[in-house]
Amino acid sequence: MKDLIIIGAGPAGLTAGLYAARARLEAVAFERLAPGGQVLNTDRVENYPGFPEGITGFELIDRMKRQAENFGLLIESREVVELELSPEKKVVVTDQGPEETKALILACGAVPRKLGIEGESLLTGKGVSYCATCDGFFFRDQEVAVIGGGDTAVEEAIFLTRFASKVHLIHRRDRLRAVRLLEERARAEEKISFIWDTVPLKIEGRNGVEGVRLKNVKTGEESLLPVSGVFVFIGYTPTTDLVKGLLELDQGGFVVTDEGMETSVPGVFAAGDIRSKALRQVSTAVGEGAAAAFSAEKYIENLKGR
Amino acid sequence: MSDVLEVTDETFEEQIVKSDLPAMVDFWAEWCGPCKMVGPVVAELAKEYEGKIRIAKMNVDENRQTPAKFGIRNIPTMILFKGGEVAQTIVGAYPKSHIEEELKKLL
Repeated sequence: MKDLIIIGAGPAGLTAGLYAARARLEAVAFERLAPGGQVLNTDRVENYPGFPEGITGFELIDRMKRQAENFGLLIESREVVELELSPEKKVVVTDQGPEETKALILACGAVPRKLGIEGESLLTGKGVSYCATCDGFFFRDQEVAVIGGGDTAVEEAIFLTRFASKVHLIHRRDRLRAVRLLEERARAEEKISFIWDTVPLKIEGRNGVEGVRLKNVKTGEESLLPVSGVFVFIGYTPTTDLVKGLLELDQGGFVVTDEGMETSVPGVFAAGDIRSKALRQVSTAVGEGAAAAFSAEKYIENLKGR
Repeated sequence: MSDVLEVTDETFEEQIVKSDLPAMVDFWAEWCGPCKMVGPVVAELAKEYEGKIRIAKMNVDENRQTPAKFGIRNIPTMILFKGGEVAQTIVGAYPKSHIEEELKKLL
């Protein structure tokens, strides 16, 4: 039996792994893809302390991975298909068989939230995108729309000005939620225009995006904005399919924990984007990863004492 | 990702369209984070399906014609070919089980 299994190898999982390895726990991290997570969608991380010039998401993850592995963390390419969680027994069923563990840290993160409007699924891959750094390149000298008003939406709108001829930022409120610095940058950018108090109703197009149908929430007026790309940044959906019905989740489906990152099942911890909280950043994910590993270590020690 | 066959605009026709085997091409680029997450999965599959399915990758930054021909606007995109025709398109970084499920349909 393992001491600790960590599911997910993004910033939270890799930090939990680093701390667990240094605590000499027999720990393993399962990752279904290569280590990374949402941070790999970012062009440059500018708000993670210690890197005054900023650092690419890939470089940051590569450093975190090497650091954790230097202390002995095992990272295995495995997909978790089922969990059996109780105070007495924790089994992680993967594509390569089941594995029992004393403690478990969920660091499986979140994925971009979808709009859930007509045309969105049909045109994903044909102009609807959730990753500006991946797909901005395909929209050189074209007009695009960005949906959202938070940090990610504004940051990615600014990034898209490198390629697009015009970026329309569509936000349902009359002011941005994004941090002030990003708002200042966006306002200084000639290619960005703001469309306030507006929500998208439908993405138009057959073989590719041709436009987005909009509605002003204050006046009720509808309009069609002709664009060839729609980039969606309206928050995240937690990767919690595995734990539904097993753990307490909040209204948004995120995992509820106490201050020590412990979930409603003793010995099961959560860290990073999957957790119910106000701020989702690399800097918060690593702190939670460390705290979760620390709590897991204490939990395992207490088991021995019994 | 280094041990996966690299196809280019010049070799695509010969190595993929005219291939005797079914094929899958992973369209990627250096700047694309999710492409790097799925890269090792593609490399594993390439090894496992050697001799059964030709699994290759194409850098969209260095090769512009083929991605444009297939209307690719998101990466990673994986296009699966059978008899030179598009059999399936997978858009986004999916885990191995999902890609493998689609690969098995080619056999």
